[in-house]
Amino acid sequence: MDLFDIVFYCFALIAVGSAVVVVFSRNIMYAAFALLFAFFGIAGLYVLLQADFLAVTQILIYIGGILVLMLFGVMLTNRVVDVDIKTGTLQIVPAAILAAVVGGSLSGVFYSTWSTVSGTPSDVATTTPAIGEMLMTSYILPFEIASIILLVALIGAAMIARRKT
Amino acid sequence: MEFFIISVIKIVIVLLIILTVVANLVYVERKVSAAIQNRIGPNRVGPWGLLQSPADVLKLFIKEDIVPSTANPFIHSLAPVISISVALVTFAVVPFGGSVELFGHQVKLMIADVNIGVLYILALTSLGVYGVTLSGWSSNNKYSLLGGLRAAAQLISYELSLGLSIIGVVMISGSLELDRIVEMQSGFQWNAFLTPIGFITFIVASFAETNRLPFDLPEAEPELVGGYHTEYSGMKFGTFFLAEYANMITASSLIVTLFLGGWQFPFLETFGLPAMMATVVQVLTFVTKVAFVLFFFIWIRWTIPRFRYDQLMNLGWKVMLPLALVNLVITGGLILAGLF
Repeated sequence: MDLFDIVFYCFALIAVGSAVVVVFSRNIMYAAFALLFAFFGIAGLYVLLQADFLAVTQILIYIGGILVLMLFGVMLTNRVVDVDIKTGTLQIVPAAILAAVVGGSLSGVFYSTWSTVSGTPSDVATTTPAIGEMLMTSYILPFEIASIILLVALIGAAMIARRKT
Repeated sequence: MEFFIISVIKIVIVLLIILTVVANLVYVERKVSAAIQNRIGPNRVGPWGLLQSPADVLKLFIKEDIVPSTANPFIHSLAPVISISVALVTFAVVPFGGSVELFGHQVKLMIADVNIGVLYILALTSLGVYGVTLSGWSSNNKYSLLGGLRAAAQLISYELSLGLSIIGVVMISGSLELDRIVEMQSGFQWNAFLTPIGFITFIVASFAETNRLPFDLPEAEPELVGGYHTEYSGMKFGTFFLAEYANMITASSLIVTLFLGGWQFPFLETFGLPAMMATVVQVLTFVTKVAFVLFFFIWIRWTIPRFRYDQLMNLGWKVMLPLALVNLVITGGLILAGLF
């Protein structure tokens, strides 16, 4: 067990442990906070695997963007409306099916590609140019579709927010 | 191991320098504002009032720390820590000189030589919003909450134009490394001249990101008491105060690094100075440029009145963002035309 392993298990523990808190916490504010640490743990894992670009975008988008908006929503509704938002256990059967499908496909991908992935991270100095080139050539279609979905979501949100009730 | 020791030494030195500068910056700000408003400013403690800042810090340290009984104590204490650490950690990727040979080691004059420095900066500035939002929420006070929400909305709006104005610089230098961006600006090829629109949008967005006047709505005294730090006292309040000035220093060094040539002294290599001298000149150049930008920050604060909140949002979304996009198009066109 060398330093790499120790650091890996530390980050993994942070990520998985906070994810457990997210799921089981009754207080939605604490769940949001635990999500923050889960994202940080995953960003740490990316850094450890020399995926520098992924690590920073993880922080930039998930922690700096999405989680801020979620906290915003929680803060604005939690005390103002005077309703205690608690997370409860609902819809166990659909959730179990969904979790099984996602977990199954993830482990399927993991076991089918396990032999082709070598144990050491690549020594590429920086991953940014490669990622940029791939996004603009081989993966241009998914990239554009994702941006159109985001645009649709944006317009939809604006429409709902502006509608007179 | 050697890399580790050198890094620790660099961190300690830079941290000490920044904290000293922060304390004295408060004094400078009070003196400059006094000069602008035709007053005298602090002149009682020590010669020319120079010991005013240490006295203030001492006072903040021995004051009682009050946590409101309805507040969330953990988050209430965490928020100022987030604020100051984000401000200090961002400085880690700023190069304040070239590389220098010290005791047989080649030492780069920046703490962390990250090859995605620009993204690192963007990621960390997006974390700054947590400090203000959480402090506003955890205080359980309506003025604090309003201040925190305003701050969050303002930071999110201006982050967009901040990021977009950096992209122009990245396009010109073709790299996300701050070291490389500085090297590209040798002579007078400063990015401020190459992308003037980006320079202006970046400066305005920096003012908004540091919550300085004319963008200090999160703590607009006439409307919001103290804004997000209404319920803070003692050194926790002091930490917010320090964070504001640390943010100013970081923002100024980013402006200098990205747009004003960083540590480059124009045409220094033609003077034929010995390597050690050249490095000293470079560091001094960096410090001087940062000092000028800091003075500019203070000057603006005591010259321009505060925006109304809707004006601030209109400026951010209807003026700054389109300007930053126009800058991207112009820069891209100039690069295509082969001018850079």
